[in-house]
Amino acid sequence: MNAENLIALLIAAPLLGAAVLLVGGRRLDAVGHWVGTLLSAASFVIGVILFADLLGKDAEHRTLTQHLFSWIPVEGFQADVAFRLDQLSMTFVLLITGVGSLIHLYSIGYMEHDERRRRFFGYLNLFLAAMLLLVLADNYLLLYVGWEGVGLASYLLIGFWQHKPSAATAAKKAFLVNRVGDMGLSIAIMLMFTTFGTFAFGPLLGTHAEPGLAGGASEGKLTAIALMLLLAACGKSAQVPLQSWLGDAMEGPTPVSALIHAATMVTAGVYLIVRSAAIFNAAPDAQLVVTVVGAVTLLFGAIVGCAKDDIKKALAGSTMSQIGYMVLAAGLGPIGYVFAIMHLVTHGFFKAGLFLGAGSVMHGMNDEVDMRKYGGLRTYMPVTFITFGLGYLAIIGFPGLSGFFSKDKIIEAAFAKGGTEGWILGGAALLGAAITAYYMTRVMLMTFFGEKRWQPDENGNEPHPHESPRVMTIPMIVLAVGSVFGGAIFGIGDRFLHWLEPVTGHSHGDSPVSALTVTLATVVVLVIGGAIAYAQYGRRPVPAVAPRGSLLTRAARRDLLQDDFNHVVLVRGGEHLTRSLVYVDHTLVDGVVNGTAAGFGGLSGRLRRVQNGFARSYAVSMFGGVALLIAATLLMRAV
Amino acid sequence: MNPVNYLYLAALLFTIGATGVLIRRNAIVVFMCIELMLNACNLAFVTFSRMHGNLDGQIIAFFTMVVAAAEVVVGLAIIVSLFRTRHSASVDDASLMKL
Amino acid sequence: MSFPLLTATAVLPAVGAIATAAVPAARRTAAKWLALLVSLATLALAIVVLVRFDPDGDRYQLTESHAWIKAFGVRYELGVDGIAVALVALTALLIPFIILAGWHDADPLETGSRRWRPTQGFFALILAVEAMVIISFEATDVFVFYIFFEAMLIPMYFLIGGFGDRAHEHGEKAAATQRSYAAVKFLLYNLVGGLIMLAAVIGVYVVAGNFSLQEIAQARADGSLHMATSTERWLFLGFFFAFAVKAPLWPLHTWLPNAMGEATAPVAVLITAVVDKVGTFAMLRFCLQLFPEASKWATPVILVLALISIIYGALLAVGQRDIKRLVAYASISHFGFIIMGIFAMTSQGQSGATLYMVNHGISTAALMLVAGFLISRRGSRLIADYGGVQKVAPVLAGTFLIGGLATLSLPGLAPFVSEFLVLVGTFTRYPAIGIIATFGIVLAALYTLVLYQRTMTGPVKAEVAKMPDLRVRELVVVAPLVVLLIFLGVYPKPVTDIVNPAVRQTMSDVHQTDPKPEVEAAK
Repeated sequence: MNAENLIALLIAAPLLGAAVLLVGGRRLDAVGHWVGTLLSAASFVIGVILFADLLGKDAEHRTLTQHLFSWIPVEGFQADVAFRLDQLSMTFVLLITGVGSLIHLYSIGYMEHDERRRRFFGYLNLFLAAMLLLVLADNYLLLYVGWEGVGLASYLLIGFWQHKPSAATAAKKAFLVNRVGDMGLSIAIMLMFTTFGTFAFGPLLGTHAEPGLAGGASEGKLTAIALMLLLAACGKSAQVPLQSWLGDAMEGPTPVSALIHAATMVTAGVYLIVRSAAIFNAAPDAQLVVTVVGAVTLLFGAIVGCAKDDIKKALAGSTMSQIGYMVLAAGLGPIGYVFAIMHLVTHGFFKAGLFLGAGSVMHGMNDEVDMRKYGGLRTYMPVTFITFGLGYLAIIGFPGLSGFFSKDKIIEAAFAKGGTEGWILGGAALLGAAITAYYMTRVMLMTFFGEKRWQPDENGNEPHPHESPRVMTIPMIVLAVGSVFGGAIFGIGDRFLHWLEPVTGHSHGDSPVSALTVTLATVVVLVIGGAIAYAQYGRRPVPAVAPRGSLLTRAARRDLLQDDFNHVVLVRGGEHLTRSLVYVDHTLVDGVVNGTAAGFGGLSGRLRRVQNGFARSYAVSMFGGVALLIAATLLMRAV
Repeated sequence: MNPVNYLYLAALLFTIGATGVLIRRNAIVVFMCIELMLNACNLAFVTFSRMHGNLDGQIIAFFTMVVAAAEVVVGLAIIVSLFRTRHSASVDDASLMKL
Repeated sequence: MSFPLLTATAVLPAVGAIATAAVPAARRTAAKWLALLVSLATLALAIVVLVRFDPDGDRYQLTESHAWIKAFGVRYELGVDGIAVALVALTALLIPFIILAGWHDADPLETGSRRWRPTQGFFALILAVEAMVIISFEATDVFVFYIFFEAMLIPMYFLIGGFGDRAHEHGEKAAATQRSYAAVKFLLYNLVGGLIMLAAVIGVYVVAGNFSLQEIAQARADGSLHMATSTERWLFLGFFFAFAVKAPLWPLHTWLPNAMGEATAPVAVLITAVVDKVGTFAMLRFCLQLFPEASKWATPVILVLALISIIYGALLAVGQRDIKRLVAYASISHFGFIIMGIFAMTSQGQSGATLYMVNHGISTAALMLVAGFLISRRGSRLIADYGGVQKVAPVLAGTFLIGGLATLSLPGLAPFVSEFLVLVGTFTRYPAIGIIATFGIVLAALYTLVLYQRTMTGPVKAEVAKMPDLRVRELVVVAPLVVLLIFLGVYPKPVTDIVNPAVRQTMSDVHQTDPKPEVEAAK
């Protein structure tokens, strides 16, 4: 059997799971979670088989394609359902199915008491299928299907607890903000179609050996396409200015936050940029914008992460910031593509681990999310503490752990961009690293160290922190192992670089500072950031009620006022606009119509009076008419 | 005698008749005025017949008389039955197409 | 002579309508079953037409032609091209669902109401509309088309004015007033359009000497029939006005929200998914074929109006408080897309527009019929009266969500394919309009999700707490529509294969070719 034919099975397995679980009804309640988990694992196994197959080939021939059927055949327009598996998509497939399966397993425990658990697994499987479609599609339109498919799954899962109005609102917000990004993607596809007549990866992007059509267009067109792709990436990956949905998305169950809003879906934007490398490489202006967006977001997310007391929202800020790093790297061009993906994978491990840890803490604390009501949990939850701690060390880039290898490379690459831009971007990345160390240390200290701060709630239920069941801790342990060793496996000997290079290309650039200097600087800033956090939260007791804080803190708590801006400008403005339009439609457009009708009514009312029933008045009009006719006749004669 | 004078007479009679139809309320008088107009027309027809030297006008005059006779029969019957039900012969009282 | 298949597709429901109306008043259920069977038989006939139709064959197939009014050159001419065959199939497909969904809509009201509800009449009228719509799609004689285009107003008038929702927040009397207002508005709007079209139809006869679409189009193409530019433009405007009222295009749209709001949900589906399609279809068939030059002349204005429809309809949908009116405004937005696709004058645009007509029929039917089931349970059309339905009736909420997602053109569901084709087709020729129209997809997400959020999520309201989930009859209505939405989203090829050759013909009628890709053009 050819390996190509397996590609569709990767998607089919979770899709089947989604269909069975969502249509199957209550009969499947008892086994639904296992069905979902097994099908997800099956997909992972297929992924591993394909991976082995790719490894068996030589580096330049590691691209498999599978053409299923012609999807939209219209005169001059051709979209197929076809898949492409190369090193880039393979990396994603393993990440998605691997982390996805672990989180399925975790959810069995986490969602145990939820009566709609079967449906939850159906949605998770739907997400996996859509995400795999996104990374395996062989053209942009099919990618778009996966792109919105993950948006839908994200919508359904954020709003999983729909009875909470806040969850329903957050879900809607996520979908809407994503739609703005999707608009960018659809405009990009339309631009590609008018410019190249195709949007399939093969002819458009080409390969290393033979460049595709992408190079043939004017730079202006390519810049436009690239910027539209960036807009799409901003929406999905929560980059400034479309980042506002990610914090609210934490309304969803924690496994969802781990899988979708940390490890996989939100990184789709990075995938899109790296996949479209051929377009971005030819549009340097757009690349500059990408790096700026990445740099701004990595600081933005980090600052927000510092101020949040909600453990999930703090982690969400961190996710935003880390993806900022990836976007920054992707914007650097061939210097950064590989490191963007490498950081994406290591981030997938440690951030999923951190979220699962946070979920484990919440599980033991009656779903409390306020870190000011935690404290000293390390003794109650040792496994969670250790796995979370390893994830923490990985994310701040502790030397030797996975984050160290990937983040350090990005900072190096940022400096290597050269010129003033290089200094600014590299500086921003370094500053981000310091803030990362600060807020993650803060999370760690507030949650696991210090005095216990929890109180009984209104009903008098005091939380009894306890370790989570095995089904939840095993995924956490596996992810922690990945967070520790992932970076070393990828980074040492540039294994990851050699694996991805045939797809993305790579160049070293020349850095004004040596790699060693950058590494040392990174370690220094992380110590500084950690030390400040320790001074604030480790040596002093943490107040159970948040102090008022400085102006910046207060702004950061409100997501740097972006939501307020959105509310005032978009929500309020939109409400006024629609309300006034409803009024206009009713009074003006409909008014003209009803006015015409009323006019005719009035006119006929007047005319009716002539018909008064008096024979003599009719006679007058007859005589008058005759007289007029005669007069007219005579007049005509005379003329 | 100049036949045009007959035309003047016809016009005069017609005008008297028309004015009567327009300003009188009594149905009988209106009716008589209508007859007056018809006869004015007859006179004009006969005069024209004479002036042009053919008989068409006279023939039409006979038709008119026949129609007028028929009209008198129907019209008077209506007026009488109206008068019986309303005890009034005013045309303005019958402004609705019902009793 | 072969069996007149096309005539049969229209005669069958017409005869069925008469037979249904003739069922004695006491045998109400028998009338319903009869109507359902007739509509299913019509569907079977439509499928035969679909199978017999050869996409690569002649332009018009299964043609029938008989002399009718010799003095005016009126012929009874029928024939279908790929576009017509798709729409005939859509109509025949939707009517059984409409009948089944409206199963109890015309039952006599409960105690206390004196209003007479002629059950037989309701179903007979639906079948009558079906017959007239089908024959409008099939007619290739302008006069025959005109007659049925106008005649379908009569049964529609009675369907809107005679059968409203069972409950109304201001009582039965207010409901009756609003219903008759809506029905009269519908009738007047369309009559005005029809009247102007009548003048243009006569004008066509004066200029061409007959009413045959094929003959006139042929004569126009080979140059034997010359029309002065101004004549062509006036005639085009006469036709277009009537179709734009029916479609409806901004600013001629205000009858639709009233009509769809007051009519029962199945009748609302009949209006927007079936009857209105005649308008957009006729633009493709009559405006473009008879008046190609005038169509091109009017394109910029029409595209702008279509664009306004898209954005304006969507914005107004956001501002609605009434579920059915919301769907109506969403439909106005969608009709904007269809008209934009037709007049973009590209293969993608026109294929997309045709596909859009089919998909919009299915998706609106799914959304509106489920909305109707919802409304019939609570007895209110106001969005604010619902909340938390998802908790008590998950299947209803799920199908409602799928209908909503189809309305917002989620990729993977059928409307996405057509909407994207329309956008691409417009964009290749008119980039600015294409980009602005793309905002429509964000607004579509807004009104759909707000509707879903307010009705289905949140805490369960006391009034909906006892709401039953979908019944078997209702599931039978919704499930096939959902399956179709998914199937045509994943595999639209069967439809595009039928439509493509017809679109190629239309494109050559208007002497247009698709713009070449820039890179290719540069070579």
